[in-house]
Amino acid sequence: MAEVYVGQVSEFIETDTKIVKSGSLEIGVMHRKGEFFAYRNLCLHQGGPACQGMIIAKVEEVLAPDHTFIAERFSDTEIHFVCPWHGYEYDLATGEFVADRKQKLQKFDVVKKDGNVYVIV
Amino acid sequence: MATLNLPTSDLAGMNIESFDTTTFLEHASAQARQRHLEKYFIVDVDSHHYENASYRDIVNYVEDPVLRHRAKSSMTRQSGAVSLFPTSYGSQDMSGRVTRYHTRALEKTPEGHPRDLTLAQRWMDAMGVDISMLFPTPMLNLGAHPVPEVENQWARAYNRWLCEQILPHESRVRSMLYLPFNDPEASYKMVQDFAHYPGVSGFMITAGHQQAVHNNAFMKTYASLEERGLPLAFHGIYNWDDKAFQTMNRFISVHALGFVFYNMVHCINWVVNGLPERFPNLKVIWMESGLAWIPFVMQRMDNEYAMRSNEAPALKMKPSDYMRQMYYSSQPMECGNLKALEVTFDMINAKTQLLYASDYPHWDFDLPSTIIDLPFLDDEGKKNVLGETARKLFNIKETGKLAKIPAA
Repeated sequence: MAEVYVGQVSEFIETDTKIVKSGSLEIGVMHRKGEFFAYRNLCLHQGGPACQGMIIAKVEEVLAPDHTFIAERFSDTEIHFVCPWHGYEYDLATGEFVADRKQKLQKFDVVKKDGNVYVIV
Repeated sequence: MATLNLPTSDLAGMNIESFDTTTFLEHASAQARQRHLEKYFIVDVDSHHYENASYRDIVNYVEDPVLRHRAKSSMTRQSGAVSLFPTSYGSQDMSGRVTRYHTRALEKTPEGHPRDLTLAQRWMDAMGVDISMLFPTPMLNLGAHPVPEVENQWARAYNRWLCEQILPHESRVRSMLYLPFNDPEASYKMVQDFAHYPGVSGFMITAGHQQAVHNNAFMKTYASLEERGLPLAFHGIYNWDDKAFQTMNRFISVHALGFVFYNMVHCINWVVNGLPERFPNLKVIWMESGLAWIPFVMQRMDNEYAMRSNEAPALKMKPSDYMRQMYYSSQPMECGNLKALEVTFDMINAKTQLLYASDYPHWDFDLPSTIIDLPFLDDEGKKNVLGETARKLFNIKETGKLAKIPAA
């Protein structure tokens, strides 16, 4: 196990992504409102840069108790990151591919030390 | 430096400061190196550019002076004129999630070389593509214009601009030219006037046209293409305005069915009316409809033909036998069920009839790895699909690897 330096905590804006390399491994380190997440930057679909796209809330459908449609809305709790090649969406908290949650991106631990961010590989 | 702000679910949105195709496709180049694409001659039979970025150049090629004036006037923002050209509903960019639809405006290209070619060369090299057929983007909806003369005039202007200003600068980039299919005479004249230009590899009908392919008025156009040995392609498109799609409330629905639906209609008409018997040497390609529809139509038509052959008296074989002689572009290839895909490959004689297509830079593009990685296709089949079948079909003379795949 090795710590790979990502950057200073203060460098990350509220929603932000940095890419680090360790050998042939490319890892996307994403920051969202104080929390850090790291996944392999390789889309499960056609190998695109899965972590280098938009970070956006899950779109949900709102139904009434009688099953009638009310509206679509952005989730307050589930955030996705989107592969910019084809739009594959992943759950920021788990790395799961949201259209088939049996599949997920390889996840890496992130540690903060002395104001710096490291990913563990 | 210009910063692009893409809206997201956050008020702040997403800021992007630069974009470069080669960098964006670094993972595609890595795949090309890992899979040794230097050993394969790759022809991409369906790629695109955004001709709307060049409208102000293209409009000068409109032959009719009154229409040219109307077109120019509609481009002058201050006039407040409604656009002369059809637009379409939809969300090809997935509301910004497929970021390149927006960020391509940030890409720097050198002066003195057509920007569309620079961009094409960059993605072709990144993917390992040697030759590509370049098609327009917004113009795919031009067939929906209510005035055939506008379609014809704009199609002629685009084709002339493409043949005179773009294609001569890069032999790796070619095209199958747009046919104004709402006007049979204009379609015929287009072939006569433009078939001789270097880089013209055939002609293309956007499938959304509400015209019967078996209309007698089109026969001389097909005959002319057959005589010249130039393929005819039907390129998929959707039309949310079509009554058949008006109950659909999501773009995914319209796109999934639309890009297949019109090609299914045209293909069935083509076969049932015996056009393969009338033009046995005309090479017909069905583009950008994926592959899953073909076994469906083959089975459906064979089943009906067995009972109702009197309604298709021109046929001497089953409908599927004719369809097996046609060509199909691969993208967007439905890869979710490899067993079904393998059966599809068998049913369409993919080793000799299937043509690799990327559709780049559109949102559902396919890399050459979609073919290379197929576990059931042998190396000869992969070579054919990726380029050798297209080489024969389009009479491509070049040999050797033309793409300069970026180094690691």
